[in-house]
Order: sequence, then C-alpha cells, then structure tokens
Amino acid sequence: MPEIELYLLITLMIVGALVAVHTRYLISAVISLAVVGMALAVAFLYMQAPDIAITQIVVEVLALVILIIAVSIGKEVVDIKGKRETLTIGVTALFVVIFALFAYRALADLPPFGSPLMTVSQHYVEEGLKQTGSANLVTSILLDFRAYDTLGEATILFTAILGAFAVLRKIGRKAK
Amino acid sequence: MKNGMTLIVRVIARFVSPMIMVFGIYIILHGHLSPGGGFPGGVIIASAFVLITLSFGKEIAYQKLKESTASAMESVGALIFLILATLGIVFGGWFFLNFLPKGEPLRLISAGFIPLCNIGIGLKVGGGIFAVFLTLILFRLLEKGEGD
Amino acid sequence: MLFFLCFALFLIGLYCVLIKKNLLKIVMGIIIMEYSVNLFLIMVGYKAGAVAPIVTEGAGKVNFVDPLPQALVITAIVIGIATLALIVALCMRVYDRYKTFDITKIRRLRG
Repeated sequence: MPEIELYLLITLMIVGALVAVHTRYLISAVISLAVVGMALAVAFLYMQAPDIAITQIVVEVLALVILIIAVSIGKEVVDIKGKRETLTIGVTALFVVIFALFAYRALADLPPFGSPLMTVSQHYVEEGLKQTGSANLVTSILLDFRAYDTLGEATILFTAILGAFAVLRKIGRKAK
Repeated sequence: MKNGMTLIVRVIARFVSPMIMVFGIYIILHGHLSPGGGFPGGVIIASAFVLITLSFGKEIAYQKLKESTASAMESVGALIFLILATLGIVFGGWFFLNFLPKGEPLRLISAGFIPLCNIGIGLKVGGGIFAVFLTLILFRLLEKGEGD
Repeated sequence: MLFFLCFALFLIGLYCVLIKKNLLKIVMGIIIMEYSVNLFLIMVGYKAGAVAPIVTEGAGKVNFVDPLPQALVITAIVIGIATLALIVALCMRVYDRYKTFDITKIRRLRG
C-alpha cells in the first residue's frame, strides 16, 4: 500500500478525537486534542508542506494554553451528565450515518489522491520566480499574486480581537 | 495561576525567551527564501511574550508587558501593510503593485516589497494574539481581586 | 478512501457539537472540525512523488506540489485561533452570568 504512513496518522487522529469527545475529565480532553494537533502537523510534513507544519505546531500550542485558561475558570472539572436522552442520540447518529453515505458518493467524484488538476497553479509555479523574485512560491502567492486575501485576513484578525475586547470589558465597573 | 511558577522555571524562561524572539524574527525576515513568512513568525513572537507572562505571574509581568504595547504593535503592523499597498498606486498603476526592484533570486534583499510586507504582517499577528491572551487573563485578575 | 477517513474526522467533530451538554466540549468539537477541513484542503493538492514548493538553486524543471491550497490553509489556521479566542471570551462571560457551563440551564435571555 503506497501511503501507509498517512493511513496510520489519520487513524491516530480519529482515535484521539474519539477520546477527546467521550472522556469525562476536561483536562484529558484538552490533552487528547494536543495529540490530534501534533499528528496533524506530522501529516502536513509528510505531504510536503513545511510552511503549514510550522504554523500548525505553533498555533496548536497557543490554542492549548487558551483552552486550559477556559477550563480552569469553572469549578467543575468533570463533564456534565444529565438524563440519557435516547431519542436524541439515536436521531443524531442516524443523521450522521446518512450524511456519511451521501458524502461517500460525492467524494468519489474528486480527482484521485495524488494527482491534482492544477489548472491555475501551473501558471503560478512557472511564472512565480520570474515575476516576483521570491524563492518561496507560497509566499509569492500570499503576498503578490493574491494579496487581497491577505488584506482580508488581516481585517478578520483585527475584528475578532476587537470583539474579544468588547465582550470582556469590565474595567471601570469594579474600580469604584 | 498564583504568583508564577517555581524558581527553575523562572530562570530558564528568562534565559530562553530572547532566543525564541530571535528565532521568530529570523522566520519573518527569511519568509521569501525558506518556509515560514509573516504568519508563523508573528505567532512565535507572541509565544515568547506568553512564556514570560505565564512563568512570572500576572501581576509582575503586567508591569513590564502592558496591553497598550501589544495594541500599538498590532496597529503599527497593520499601518505598514496598508501604506505599502497604497504606495503601489502612487508609483505605478494599481493597488498592491510590487514597486521595489526584484533583484537576483535567493538573496536576502530581493523580491520587491515582500520582506517589508512580511514584517508588517508579523507585527500585526504577534501583537494581536498577545493582546487577546492578556485580555483573557486580566479578566480573571480584575474580577477576583488578588489571586484566586 | 483517504478522503473518506478525513471526512469521518469531520463527522466526529459534528457529533460532539450536537450531543454534548458542556459548553467547553462543544468548543472542542468546533476545533476538531477545523483540523479536519485544513487536512482535507492539503490532501486535495498533494501530488505523488513531488517536492515542497520552494525553488532551490541549480535545479532544472522540478515537480512541485500544488502551492495554492497551502496559501489558503496558512490564513485559515491563524484565523482559527483568533475565533477560538473570541469563543472562549464569550464562554467566560456566560459563566460569569449563569455560574455554570451546562447548556440546559442557560435558557433565559436577559437583555
């Protein structure tokens, strides 16, 4: 089987995600999410994308810190267990299975794994070094060919951080 | 999260965090030659600040790394990016024109204004993520009084 | 088959968002869905037997993987952490008001 490593990594990610969903302690769920993120970074490296592996590892560590801050606020460390509603769980599982069947039929129409179409990217690969002068083709796409998308991303970052400030504004009420 | 961590963690954090910041600046500046660029470099710089804040405790670190510093860093980064984009209209025809000379490939000073854009994006991302981290921590500091 | 395994990861995240009662578990389900979508985008652009899209000197015509999905995924990862910070800020406000993370008890919408 050609891509045995990728099969093993995605299986590790699925096992880690199942543990994160079903465990009772919230700290264990956060640590299982860390396992999923690290396996994802190795999978990115296997698929010849070193830029993205660096970004994923660093962002993963900060996301873990933010989640641990969130978990340590509440006084309950254990997941909430109400009445077991069988009808809800049954209907949701049925919906997920039907969704998976439709997706299986739809995913068969994609080009097979390992041979992408590359209609637009062929132009970027051939003309990238000549027209921009940068050796890293991904940076030349991000900051020269498609710089509007980077401007949109900077706007989204600014707005999300402004939203977080506006929600947590309590200074001025307590200091009286 | 009381008053920081033990002595060993504080000594090592004081020693290691400038190295993390130099590594982040390296990844930002060499964005057009090797994998990296503005986005991972900015997050690495933010994580150097987060390391200092986590190991020395909220009260002590807040006197050195204030929220207004991070906010100013973010705004300066966004302004650099936008000014470079508008200079494209002045010097040529359209928005985001690459107006600096291209140079020879695989040198540090090459590829037009891509290194300067990377610096702007790095400052913006780094400042923004550290600012939001400080906001999440300070919310607990101001609501619960001293310690918890 | 690999695409379907990646989609199964997305379905695990979706199941977690729909079933769980703790607000923080719902946030973890959203994070799992983000991971699976980034993985799917990179898997679409992978070319077997090709190298990373960085030009080194003295090489002739080299086989590169598709660089366009990689540019999209870099911005998607950094946007993911900004929205995670916003979601956690909202969760902290909810806990401040209702003193619990249980979504069956957070019902009254007070102005």
